[in-house]
Amino acid sequence: MSLLSVKNLHAKIAGQQVVEDVSFEVPESGVTAVLGRNGVGKSSTLKALLGLIERSGEVSFDGKPIQNLPTHKIIRLGIGYVPEDREIFAGLTVAENLRLAERDSKPNREMVEELFPDIYSRLSQRAGTLSGGQQQMVSLARALLNTNRLLIVDEPTKGLAPKIVTQVSEVLKKAAETVPILLVEQNLKVVKQLAGPCIVLEGGQVVHTGDSNELLDSEELTMKFLGVHGGGKETGVS
Amino acid sequence: MERILSFIKRPSTLVSIGLIAVMALLPVLNISIPGILPGPTWSPGSLQLLALAMLIGSMALSYHLLLGVAGLLSFGHALYLAMGSYGLGILLRETNLQLLPAMVIVFAIALLAAFLLGFVSLQVTGIAFAMVTLAFAQAGSVLIRRNSQFTNGEEGLPLNIANVPDFLVGVFNTRNLYWVALIVMVLCFLAAAWVERSRAGHVVAAIRENELRVRVLGIKPLQPKLIAVTAAGVMAAVVGMVYLVLQSGTSPENISADLTLTILVIIVLGGVGSRWGAMIGGMVYVLLEQRLTAFARSPEIKELPEFLAIPLSEPLFILGTIFILVVLFLPGGFAGLGRRIVSGRKAKLKELS
Amino acid sequence: METLILLLVTGLGLGALYFLIASGLSLIYGLMGVLNFAHGSFLTFGGFAGMEIARRIGAETWPQFILAIIVGGAAGALFASLTELLLIRPLYLRHIEQALITVGLSLASVALMEGIWGADPIYVSGPAILSEVTEIAGARIPNDRFLLIFGAVAILVGMLAFLRYTRFGLIIRAGVENRSMVTALGIDVRTAFTLVFAIGGLAAGIGGVLASQYFGYVSPHIGGTLLIFAFIVTIIGGLGSLVGAAIAAAIVGVLQQLANFYLGGTGDLIVVILLAAVLLLRPTGLLGKRAH
Repeated sequence: MSLLSVKNLHAKIAGQQVVEDVSFEVPESGVTAVLGRNGVGKSSTLKALLGLIERSGEVSFDGKPIQNLPTHKIIRLGIGYVPEDREIFAGLTVAENLRLAERDSKPNREMVEELFPDIYSRLSQRAGTLSGGQQQMVSLARALLNTNRLLIVDEPTKGLAPKIVTQVSEVLKKAAETVPILLVEQNLKVVKQLAGPCIVLEGGQVVHTGDSNELLDSEELTMKFLGVHGGGKETGVS
Repeated sequence: MERILSFIKRPSTLVSIGLIAVMALLPVLNISIPGILPGPTWSPGSLQLLALAMLIGSMALSYHLLLGVAGLLSFGHALYLAMGSYGLGILLRETNLQLLPAMVIVFAIALLAAFLLGFVSLQVTGIAFAMVTLAFAQAGSVLIRRNSQFTNGEEGLPLNIANVPDFLVGVFNTRNLYWVALIVMVLCFLAAAWVERSRAGHVVAAIRENELRVRVLGIKPLQPKLIAVTAAGVMAAVVGMVYLVLQSGTSPENISADLTLTILVIIVLGGVGSRWGAMIGGMVYVLLEQRLTAFARSPEIKELPEFLAIPLSEPLFILGTIFILVVLFLPGGFAGLGRRIVSGRKAKLKELS
Repeated sequence: METLILLLVTGLGLGALYFLIASGLSLIYGLMGVLNFAHGSFLTFGGFAGMEIARRIGAETWPQFILAIIVGGAAGALFASLTELLLIRPLYLRHIEQALITVGLSLASVALMEGIWGADPIYVSGPAILSEVTEIAGARIPNDRFLLIFGAVAILVGMLAFLRYTRFGLIIRAGVENRSMVTALGIDVRTAFTLVFAIGGLAAGIGGVLASQYFGYVSPHIGGTLLIFAFIVTIIGGLGSLVGAAIAAAIVGVLQQLANFYLGGTGDLIVVILLAAVLLLRPTGLLGKRAH
């Protein structure tokens, strides 16, 4: 049985249809990648299933229907969300950002501090003054502070320096050992390192499901669905 | 020519023309509607009330351009009504201008003022726009109250009839004023329809739905919004001028936030976005308001236990409560309700056939 | 010189009243995007509640007067919380409708208060010391001005401390920045919504009791008049910024007094011109970050 099951999901932003009839399943373990070109509705799909935008359809988490729950209740079922563009609270300090995110009675502070020593040395700094990479670390840390049953991660390496990309990728790989991840990622190198099954979107609809590596190893499929060459063997798309 | 013909042949146009004809004939008919009109339709009292109702209907039409078409919530629309009534009143008192040239001048001033104030207030959007328009109207109100050498302050400014044509003066000529008010309302309706269907009207409607999408298309939202705001302001100023002549004067109450709120209430009750809802809502409101006041003062209310008598003897309490209930439970106002009933009946007819 | 000092202190006192309304308006708008037209009614209701206490037990001694302030504040907070729970919450995120419903509420509540307490001003008095004057550099300044300023500063400090040091404060600050991300962390922001209404109502209710000392009376329309200037203060200060509202309130109050005295009663006009200038030059206000 799958952990998250999405059936006929539709979503609108400001009256405009951005997700049209999307259905897919996320298994109990491993990294499931959502792929596709820019603007095909990947982020919107994630937002829709979390109730962050207006949506309709059926979404069930661990067999429980969640399509009518408000966002905070969905999250409290045990979902960690790392949004696109990080969305840290720029005016708050790093410590405040982290404190706000703690929803468990016993948050995994030691584990997170071990993963991100850099941001723990800047606890009293305003999060808005951090570098992009550090902000991404804060955003990841916010999600990892709680014990989750699913992590939803949206383009975690977007706009980051190659060194940081590797670091983020390592963090996700480690997290994936204990928790299933639903990942939107444009960097195909990262996808190749992490992902098992994949879902490809186009025009707000699912056009392909299968195995990430199979897709990325096939020049033809990669070109067809993602519009890039190379299948991520040498050059990742950043 | 064909377009005009087909326009005239449309059923809605025919109904409208019929309605206008009936309205135009009221002053020469002898119809009594007890409880709503103070006397038969030809009597000056009834005509005065009906004319006022049509002016408020026109005012609501002008506000419809703001909220219904452009989605702009203004709390200062009364400013333009006051600009029309006080502008004309002051010109007629301080100069020797005849009515018509004076009206042309006030029209031009209102056009310029609506454009400039619109330009400043449209620097912000949404709720902030509402606050800014409120502030401008407040400034206007202060100007009127403070400069009593021109405006006669709190007392209100009486109309100087020296340069007003005879056929618009005196109780016996109320029917002429009634016809003027009818013409103004028809013109306001046509003007509102015209702006709504113009390119600017379509753009502001698109902005109302999704400003971002319009910006992405490379259209600057300021210009079409400014057109809607200016048109609405000018329409309100015209209404204000006729108001001055009809009521033989004007007073600072006509620039208060309460007047704008009243218009807003009318629009919401009538149904935001509905031209007919705005116009009819405005007329019904004026007729109902005096019924509501009579109801609030009636002995039956006074005899109720205190916890009921106190709220029910306040017309504004009843109005405010109705307003809250409509916003909560009747989105689309009464026009929306009517539309739902009609479409429901049509759907049923379809099922039957 | 004496006149100038008197005008400055009086202006600050008036600014204090503006701030007591504007602080709530600004927080509510900042967090929820709601323009609360009924906020003046919170102040008026607080004023009447305080007046009722004064009428029953007197307000001549400080404990009595402080009780009147507490009751006034509590009345404002209660009124505001009920407004949020019953009227604002059902219209979640529909900002125009939310603004409209507060318009209806302000009409109905002012009319109701008129029905209960009458349309005419009811005169109130407080501790005797408030109607005396203090001399500063030759200027004779009525003591109620100092009370207003002290009250506003105390509320400002209290609110800032609440925002800074409590978890709810943290949620409110984060929510003003990015409301949907707060919910995406599993936090029910609606609790924070009720809370900012309660805090705003508390400040306004206290403002009502203080305003009735400043004006010498309380009437159903006292809140509506102050509300308009509070709106202006909120925009000039920057929507969502408490400190911005405080600075703008002081500027607006002082400017108004000075212009009224030195420029022939043009205070209100000058304030609107200042608003227009701020909008053209800096549409986000003094300390505002972004428009909703």
